[in-house]
Amino acid sequence: MNIVVCIKQVPGTAEVRIHSETHTLIRDGVESMVTVFTMGPPQAEAALREAVSYGVDEVVLVSDRALVGSDTLATAYAIAKGIAKIGAYDLILCGKQAIDGDTAQVGPEVAERLGIPFVAWVRKVEEVGDGKIRVQRMMDDGYEVIEMPLPALITVVKEINEPRLASLKGKLRAKKLEIPMWSAEDIGVEEDQVGLKGSPTQVMRIFSPEPRGAGERLEGEAEEVAQRLAERLKVMGFV
Amino acid sequence: MALIWVIEDKCTGCGLCVKKCPFGAIEIVEKVAVIDESKCTLCKACVETCRSEAIALSPEAEAMQEKPSVDLNAYRGVWIFAEQRNGRLSSVAYELLGVGRTLSDDLDVALTAVLFGSGMEEAAGALVARGADRVLWVDEPELRTFHDDSYAQVFEELIREEKPEIVLAGATAVGRSFIPKVAAKLETGLTADCTELAIDREKRLLVQTRPAFGGNIMATILCPNRRPQMATVRHKVMQEAEALEGRKGEIVRRKAKPESLLSRTSLIEFIEELEETINIVDADVIVSGGRGLGKPENFALIRELALVLEGAVGASRAAVDEGWIPYSHQVGQTGKTVSPKLYIACGISGAIQHLVGMRSSDVIVAINKDPEAPIFDVATFGIVGDLFEVVPALVRKLKG
Ligand SMILES: Cc1cc2nc3c(=O)[nH]c(=O)nc-3n(C[C@H](O)[C@H](O)[C@H](O)COP(=O)(O)OP(=O)(O)OC[C@H]3O[C@@H](n4cnc5c(N)ncnc54)[C@H](O)[C@@H]3O)c2cc1C
Repeated sequence: MNIVVCIKQVPGTAEVRIHSETHTLIRDGVESMVTVFTMGPPQAEAALREAVSYGVDEVVLVSDRALVGSDTLATAYAIAKGIAKIGAYDLILCGKQAIDGDTAQVGPEVAERLGIPFVAWVRKVEEVGDGKIRVQRMMDDGYEVIEMPLPALITVVKEINEPRLASLKGKLRAKKLEIPMWSAEDIGVEEDQVGLKGSPTQVMRIFSPEPRGAGERLEGEAEEVAQRLAERLKVMGFV
Repeated sequence: MALIWVIEDKCTGCGLCVKKCPFGAIEIVEKVAVIDESKCTLCKACVETCRSEAIALSPEAEAMQEKPSVDLNAYRGVWIFAEQRNGRLSSVAYELLGVGRTLSDDLDVALTAVLFGSGMEEAAGALVARGADRVLWVDEPELRTFHDDSYAQVFEELIREEKPEIVLAGATAVGRSFIPKVAAKLETGLTADCTELAIDREKRLLVQTRPAFGGNIMATILCPNRRPQMATVRHKVMQEAEALEGRKGEIVRRKAKPESLLSRTSLIEFIEELEETINIVDADVIVSGGRGLGKPENFALIRELALVLEGAVGASRAAVDEGWIPYSHQVGQTGKTVSPKLYIACGISGAIQHLVGMRSSDVIVAINKDPEAPIFDVATFGIVGDLFEVVPALVRKLKG
């Protein structure tokens, strides 16, 4: 089985581990080849090296000035092109959302571009093999068990697994590995479909959230503050 | 040639641009701003903020701004997606009607609610009563159950046929799953999880505002050159539209092409998680516990308070990571985003990743023994005290 994992290097890389590690659960069950894919600035290479230290087989970095400023639509287009260049894949894993943009849109948009079936919010892979996959999708009121044919794309939530630790062997390999870097031309994107030009959404303004007005401090003995809070909650109609 | 650069003679090294840059692409090096182009997205936030006009964009960068690709005037009307689950309308549909009504009045166009599934007569009526001028009801039994393929396909076809200028859906598990597929099919822009929507009347544009970067910044986003303009809207932030008896509207019953109803995913079973009263996403009241609880058994305190307030139980990631409560209760950036009328945080410090998931709640109560805990910065009512004393006392007072 060929598995592609999409990761994004984000400011403050504490969480990259979780995104890049989501493959382990499946990998431990099936003979497979795992490729970690990222699109980003050249320094995103560091995230890929980290992934290698955890034991992934291959990594690919797509990096090009032409891709700078891409919104989710353009990003998904470029990622889909990049994955198509990797070639044969059975399963694509993405995180639920990147923790900087928080849109959760790139995964489903990549699936759409590649024309493969897709399930979001996967908290568990129950079974994979025989050309299909069975997963648990977290919904707001419970979870659904869903089956679909491969190749397919899933976006996973934090519950999917515990990240494994980097191995010494992995770390050594990570240090030495030559990381392939593909340009926009290499993956064959149309120039007007990426970057700012290919991005329908535009950021007009960026500002700090308004602080919530200074609240009221209730201080004193527990009984007394509880009484005062209870009164306020009653007045506000919560009881 | 560079796309963006700093005119060094003009730069005063004041650092305003460093603060403004949402992408951390600017640094002050030897009293001059330096832009890292690999991080820059040419959003121009720095250009606008610079008091000395010291940041310049190349003509090439200016030309990189997107141009219209469709006849914008061919698109008219505001649509909302009225999500249902097992035949029951989700309250997010009423919230979308609330904000959708304002937007459509501002644009002077009709408000349409799109409804999927068979046996939805009553729901269609309710949508009209709450402000839809028209309900586009695709009456197909296959659409009672959510599947990404069929939902995206049928929705795309409706949009192509009728050309609305704005399409809104709830930022729910369902909406955030299939709406991006619709946007990709239509090759248009989509803004995730908006908390504010307005119309720029002069330009006839939807002005979409959303939190990003872990809630550290708010971004206002436009989709000027493609249609429709699409957004998912955070649940519980917008006011629900009120029902008005006798309100008139048109209910259009439609069929879908049989091939559009096919899905590659099959639903084997649904397992409802009933254990903790109600789910946090729909709850009006949430009582959350954090690491301050100390051990799993102490969640009983939280449950008791939630019960008195008819609310749901939430948790910080620390509590979830400790294994005290299932992940489905986690509030925050890597958990669920909630916006109840009342949020009570007990023994939660208020890390930014937690705050981003609950700061749009109407009333926030914080109970924490550390007076410096950041949770107090967002609290409507802050109680500095021991939760093991305050919470039981509060339960007694509320019951009494
Ligand atoms: C990428 C990333 C994503 C994250 N996503 C999330 C997320 O989705 N949700 C989330 O919650 N966190 C998330 N976090 C973790 C977050 O940074 C915090 O570590 C976490 O929220 C802390 O949980 P806590 O407040 O329960 O614990 P702590 O920070 O340990 O706070 C415990 C609080 O309890 C108080 N306390 C202790 N005993 C008592 C008592 N007897 N009475 C009253 N108060 C008491 C203490 O004063 C303290 O303020 C994320 C972190 C990262 C890096």
